[in-house]
Amino acid sequence: MSRGATRAGGGIPHYKAVVIGGSAGGVEALATILPALPGDFVLPVLVVQHLHASDDGAFSFHLANLTQLPVAEPCDKTKVEPGRVYTAPANYHMLVERDGTIALSVEGRVNWSRPSIDVLFESAAQAWGEALIAVILSGANTDGARGILAVHAAGGLTIVQDPAEAGSVVMPQAAIATGAVAHVLPAGEIGRLLADLGGRKTNLPPGYRHSIRQSTA
Amino acid sequence: MDHDKIEIIEIDLLLEAVFRRYGYDFRSYARASMERRIRQFLSVTECSSVAELIPRVLHDEDFFSRLVRYFSISVTEMYRDPLVYRAIREKVVPLLRTWPHVKIWHAGCATGEEVYSLAILLKEEGIYQRATIYATDLNDKVLAQAREGVYSLDRIREATQNYQQAGGRASFSEYYHSRYDAAALDSSLRERITFANHNLAVDGAFGEMHLVFCRNVLIYFNRELQNRALGLFTESLVHGGFLCLGTKEDLRFSAVNDLYEVVDGKAKIYKKKGGP
Ligand SMILES: C[S@@+](CC[C@H](N)C(=O)[O-])C[C@H]1O[C@@H](n2cnc3c(N)ncnc32)[C@H](O)[C@@H]1O
Repeated sequence: MSRGATRAGGGIPHYKAVVIGGSAGGVEALATILPALPGDFVLPVLVVQHLHASDDGAFSFHLANLTQLPVAEPCDKTKVEPGRVYTAPANYHMLVERDGTIALSVEGRVNWSRPSIDVLFESAAQAWGEALIAVILSGANTDGARGILAVHAAGGLTIVQDPAEAGSVVMPQAAIATGAVAHVLPAGEIGRLLADLGGRKTNLPPGYRHSIRQSTA
Repeated sequence: MDHDKIEIIEIDLLLEAVFRRYGYDFRSYARASMERRIRQFLSVTECSSVAELIPRVLHDEDFFSRLVRYFSISVTEMYRDPLVYRAIREKVVPLLRTWPHVKIWHAGCATGEEVYSLAILLKEEGIYQRATIYATDLNDKVLAQAREGVYSLDRIREATQNYQQAGGRASFSEYYHSRYDAAALDSSLRERITFANHNLAVDGAFGEMHLVFCRNVLIYFNRELQNRALGLFTESLVHGGFLCLGTKEDLRFSAVNDLYEVVDGKAKIYKKKGGP
């Protein structure tokens, strides 16, 4: 099996989707990342943010004010479309099927969380393999670490918010400790990198490839 | 061929084995969640691949029972999504009143919390006595619990809050008796309810329903099985009858969309078109 995303024309990896997971401090990081995505951003973005079980779409509404991209809490079997942001509803796990539709589930909590980042990332890794970009943001538990491993094992690109600036370091550090993280970056740079990887016009150098950076954290 | 692709075949074969050996058909369940639960089960066994599960499942019924426990998700609560019950009170009950007799089907009722929640609502609205309620599930264990109607006090406390948000008219404590750390729901709530085993994947329709509740069951099905179940509901409902789905389930993606109008988009309440 080939490793690394397939290259389109000029040596640029060809990605199909972005998944983002955050917990405590994650909303602040999203507030930096999402505004950086251009209106012509072509990748779908699936977000799991740990929420209070009674959140009634308020989080999704909040994100919609941060980005030019349309944001919605998906219903079960929603087809994932380019340039849209999907937020996991409170109290449901959000998974991706291989046919690119979203599946919701109320099965038990994973890492004390529903939605769980691992559940999204592991299913997305199955669905999109090396064409997936996964981002772990600030958080106070270790949800997402297994997911990062799965994304990396499937050949996808893994990015973690720099613990030095994260509101809570536990989640980024757990992800980095897997040894499967390619980039450790501040939220501002994550936004710019995503914009480069998923914008219509990409500014990446021709030789760009994603590699595992030795983490310093 | 890489490991993932091989595992897909193994999972197909496992589900086929379960179906042919025990008659439980999980082949049409939503795949990602199914795979997740199979991997979870695998990790608590001594087997090192899904393929190794197959002979065990075929020859060892206890092993199979352990596996099936991973397959069934019966998470539920009383007055889950209070807004749904408010919408039922405001938009459905007034029409239910116009029928001399009301038939209701809860499909996938799990441990019964939802059934009792609606029963209480019907009592408060004065139509419980003319209702006939069928509550079905494919899992006999949860049906037995549903029949009992005994829940932990923790759950009852949560329910009390939801009950108020759902527009409850009385004090929730009127509907149960505490015993030790559990609460038994008032047996009068059970009078009009029949609990029965029914499998949406293989069994047929019920007749002349005015309201079908099927919440957070369709999310476990793939599109074909969803359409089968929705076909049953459509066949069962009278013209002008109501269908209530989970708040994250939507008819838009189904084969029966055109046969319904939306009564409440957020509460996912639909009305079957046609008739007088
Ligand atoms: C998550 S529970 C939903 C409980 C309740 N309706 C609610 O929303 O709170 C799903 C239930 O569907 C049942 N179920 C799964 N497959 C079924 C089938 N083929 N036929 C009937 N019930 C099924 C399960 O046994 C489980 O009790």
